[in-house]
Amino acid sequence: MRAMVYRGPYKIRVEEKDIPKIEHPNDAIVRVTTGAICGSDLHLYHGMMPDTRVGTTFGHEFVGVVHQVGPSVQDLIPGDRVMVPFNVYCGSCYFCSRGLFSNCHNVNPNATAVGAIYGYSHTCGGYDGGQAEFVRVPFADVGPARIPDWLDEEDAVLLTDALPTGYFGAQLGDIVEGDTVVVFGAGPVGLFAAKSAWLMGAGRVIVIDHLEYRLEKARSFAHAETYNFVEYDDIVVHLKKATDYLGADVVIDAVGAEADGNFLQHVTAAKLKLQGGSPVALNWAIDSVRKGGTVSVVGAYGPIFSAVKFGDAVNKGLTLRMNQCPVKRQWPRLLEHIRNGYLKPSDVVTHRIPLEHIAEGYHIFSAKLDDCIKPLIVSTTA
Amino acid sequence: MSETPTPYVAGKPLPPESAAALMARIPGWGVDLDPKDRPSFPQERPGIPTGARWDFPERQPEEWIRERSIEHAFLTPVFGTSTPLKGTSGAIRKYAYRKYSEARAAHWLLLIAADRVDAWEHHLRSLATLRPDNPVTETGVMSEFSGNGLRSRFGQKRADVSHQWIDPLLVGGPWVLAGLGAVAAVRGLRRRARGRG
Repeated sequence: MRAMVYRGPYKIRVEEKDIPKIEHPNDAIVRVTTGAICGSDLHLYHGMMPDTRVGTTFGHEFVGVVHQVGPSVQDLIPGDRVMVPFNVYCGSCYFCSRGLFSNCHNVNPNATAVGAIYGYSHTCGGYDGGQAEFVRVPFADVGPARIPDWLDEEDAVLLTDALPTGYFGAQLGDIVEGDTVVVFGAGPVGLFAAKSAWLMGAGRVIVIDHLEYRLEKARSFAHAETYNFVEYDDIVVHLKKATDYLGADVVIDAVGAEADGNFLQHVTAAKLKLQGGSPVALNWAIDSVRKGGTVSVVGAYGPIFSAVKFGDAVNKGLTLRMNQCPVKRQWPRLLEHIRNGYLKPSDVVTHRIPLEHIAEGYHIFSAKLDDCIKPLIVSTTA
Repeated sequence: MSETPTPYVAGKPLPPESAAALMARIPGWGVDLDPKDRPSFPQERPGIPTGARWDFPERQPEEWIRERSIEHAFLTPVFGTSTPLKGTSGAIRKYAYRKYSEARAAHWLLLIAADRVDAWEHHLRSLATLRPDNPVTETGVMSEFSGNGLRSRFGQKRADVSHQWIDPLLVGGPWVLAGLGAVAAVRGLRRRARGRG
């Protein structure tokens, strides 16, 4: 089969690999029909995630058709169209049995501090991902679900990570009616978080980024008030002024490890790999939320330490809430919202790239060329 | 907004738009207002059906000795089998897993170092194959032309332009240094050969 393969920082290519095989009785092999590149894939691509091995196939956002199932699989049969949450999880450990699917303890031998994610380094379990023609899906009776007939393929692929993560980020904010919600980051997750904040009754939603075309999308897609932080000497002061010096009730960090806005933080984290992430957006979140407010973090950070302004968080009495999204928990409600017309996830898709051109796709997404917001990987053989 | 800014007095100003106005303007406004309608409220909630029919999953066969965090009691029953440990990078990784817990910076810094060694091991190995690494095709840099590289960057208020110049140095710099090293080595060998002659 053809698969995207990592060759070192900033370098990938398509190679011929063996079709994955059933390795556990509850495995399925899925033929990928549509995948996506996630903003967090860029952390791998840039070499920021420890134990990202040459030869690994990335990709944790994908949908496809069941090709083969293991002997204990009961709920899926070959030919089923399925969407697969980015979390690999067993459904039975201490954490899964409490709904913490993204924190499963039975699937990642390499680390206890993170669950397992498809195509996301050995730190996240060492599974190959879905930027390929086929992918191994463990616990086929637990993670994947059949795609409803009425759901578009492109909406379905965005239900595997980006939309649930944004929606989850808004939930972590514990928004109450009338709250002012600030979202840092106008990528797909930030756009979905902003949109979701309205569903939860926010009175005002503000989105911050430095890319004008993404801020335009935040205005048109997420009905948000927007500010480009480059235009302000100090975005925190501006946000204080914009909220009558109170600060926002809830701030969502939808940026994560490669935040811009502070040259030193960015270079030490994203270029020199001396921090687990550049915490610029997180520090701005801590400083621009009101005292007693909530900071929700759904941006991805690596396991190495980061220079976070923790003292301000303590002294302001903040609630910090964060996790990787337990995707499947979000699906029933999100499917209702899509069916009711409240959400149209594929509206954020800007690029559809054949697997053979995935190196160009990564570069365009990474360098933010051509007004790229969300690139999908489309199959040319399906 | 009040004359005295909000945080200095007790009251909180009303949002700029009423609930009715927001409901009219934004599809679905407030449909998840009740926390009970939020699927991850609370985040930790027992009893959600998962589809698991086991107390502990059957174990996946361990076809080679699989490295694991020393914070785990044992090898997890299911694990990824992509890219087993190999070469010098594999030895560094094995040491990082065996010696240091996830709590230790040394664990992660060794793994990051191993990643750099791994990349060079593969770059060098690729030179002896019919498909050597190609920094032009593998970086996708040709999309600078099809993706409007100049228009996308310049004349925009983008913060990342200040550091994007570092990327080609990170990617190409080691190749240039390796090339210079190779040239110096060849010259040295030639000089030595001439000296003998």
